[in-house]
Amino acid sequence: MLAVEKVKKSFDGFVAVNGVSFSIKRGEICAIIGPNGAGKTTLFNLITGHLPVDEGKLFFKGMDITHMPPHRICRLGMGRSFQRTNIFPRLTVFQNIQAAVLVHRGKSLNFLKPVESFFREETQAILKRVGLKDYGETVSGSLSYGFQKQLELGIALASEPELLLLDEPTAGMSAQETHQTIELIGRITKEKGLTLLFTEHDMEVVFSIAERIMVLHQGRLIAEDTPEEVRKNSEVQKIYLGEGR
Amino acid sequence: MPRENWFLVIIILCLALLPMSESRFYIFLGTDILIMGLFAVSLNLLLGYTGLVSFGQAAYFGIGAYTCALLMKKASVAFPIAFAAAAVFGAVAALIIGFFCIRLTKIYFAMLTLAFSQIVWAIVFKWNSLTGGDNGLIGIPFPQHLDSPTRFYYFTLFVVVLSLFLLRKLVNSPLGRMLTTIRENPERTEFIGINVKKFQLIAFMISGFFSAIPGALFGIFNHSIFPDLLFWSHSAEVLIMTILGGMYSFFGPMVGAAVILYLRMLVTSYTQYWPLIMGTILTLLLFFFPGGILGFLRSQLTFLKRNR
Ligand SMILES: Nc1ncnc2c1ncn2[C@@H]1O[C@H](COP(=O)(O)OP(=O)(O)OP(=O)(O)O)[C@@H](O)[C@H]1O
Ligand SMILES: [Mg+2]
Repeated sequence: MLAVEKVKKSFDGFVAVNGVSFSIKRGEICAIIGPNGAGKTTLFNLITGHLPVDEGKLFFKGMDITHMPPHRICRLGMGRSFQRTNIFPRLTVFQNIQAAVLVHRGKSLNFLKPVESFFREETQAILKRVGLKDYGETVSGSLSYGFQKQLELGIALASEPELLLLDEPTAGMSAQETHQTIELIGRITKEKGLTLLFTEHDMEVVFSIAERIMVLHQGRLIAEDTPEEVRKNSEVQKIYLGEGR
Repeated sequence: MPRENWFLVIIILCLALLPMSESRFYIFLGTDILIMGLFAVSLNLLLGYTGLVSFGQAAYFGIGAYTCALLMKKASVAFPIAFAAAAVFGAVAALIIGFFCIRLTKIYFAMLTLAFSQIVWAIVFKWNSLTGGDNGLIGIPFPQHLDSPTRFYYFTLFVVVLSLFLLRKLVNSPLGRMLTTIRENPERTEFIGINVKKFQLIAFMISGFFSAIPGALFGIFNHSIFPDLLFWSHSAEVLIMTILGGMYSFFGPMVGAAVILYLRMLVTSYTQYWPLIMGTILTLLLFFFPGGILGFLRSQLTFLKRNR
């Protein structure tokens, strides 16, 4: 599904991602963990084309996406959410999701018909799926933080991606919200047969749904294994104990 | 029909009845407002809808004015063809200039649009043999059948209403929604699968097209055109109209144009301090009514409704 080969990225001499390689099979649920500043978000930005790689190659569904712009990568079937919520704040919740549906169904250049009439049911279905059924007409910027994260997930799902990248989907959420969101993500992933790659600080979340865990430290991948093995890995323990966790 | 559309029909009817006043003053003012209003709405497709601050929109207005006037005066092209050519030239110029401008973002984008418009101005200013340079083009022939102020007013009203109809259809369409999502969050728009630069360029072109139309009307309305039309101060003026009227409502810029042109007409007959007064209005506006006139009225309206 996704193959990352010796990818490297530096900012003004500071190496943020240092020769990372891994691959993910269709249907897998993988997590990337690592302390703050390990390079997780940067790695995501490289995969989705938001940042150009310095070295290395990226393949998605067998296609070379190393130098593709983000919108094309998205259209190939990759969806993502951002660490800092990234929505269309002055549009309603409904309009946020509908925009993504419009693009996915190839109607973004239509300039003749009123936009309201497009894909109402499809959009409602997604709203329902991410638990925002009753908030369709709310201006999205006024939603609570947890709901905004859910909306972001909805926007990503509206493009019906095959691979979903979630950058800290529960960051800043209360324990209860975290629990609900994780349940939601797990359910959707199963229903849709999605491949999932996510980053997360909350270890409980990681160990509850990930099938495979990759540990990133100072831009390098230092471990890649099942949750049980990663838990036992001494190097990983050292990093996390050193962090005071 | 929704209430807003009824309201528009009434306004159009009122405008259609304006010549009954038989006042040359109001007919001229009305024509001027319609022309500048369309120009401001065209600019607002970029500013309010796509989130692109163009500081050089006068270039396309001027290109429209010069294209139409030159074709009619120097090549004796029939008015309808010259008029259509003006709009197409506006769009083509916007395509070429926009191609470079969209590579930059925010303030750099604004500066580049300004720089290009000054280049176009300099060409018009210096190309004496074609444009008449500083002396401008005078004696632009009135098209057949449009040779009285009233007739020209009706023609302008027709063109402006048609243009606004098309533009409103566009901003309410899926394409228009995509422009709004770009305004709201270009990064996210890119990752729902939109080529943001391409859509920005499309908006830039459409805006150039609809900026050239009022330009062409303006040249004929005034019988003459001067390079001033392309100068940056003209870009600033239409920007002010747009912000004054309200850039987050479709008709806001139209209202802004009406208010500024009417006030200017009043004020300049008493004093020569129009720029001072305009500056004061703008300052008050930015502090107290950041949503512009229509934005303010709309918030009052929802306030009243809620308290009923
Ligand atoms: N655009 C940028 N310019 C310069 N440095 C950057 C940039 N983006 C990230 N960095 C640096 O790269 C390093 C990795 O950042 P990154 O955001 O990828 O970490 P992360 O693993 O996502 O951390 P967190 O857990 O805090 O989200 C950090 O030291 C950061 O300061
Ligand atoms: Mg991060």
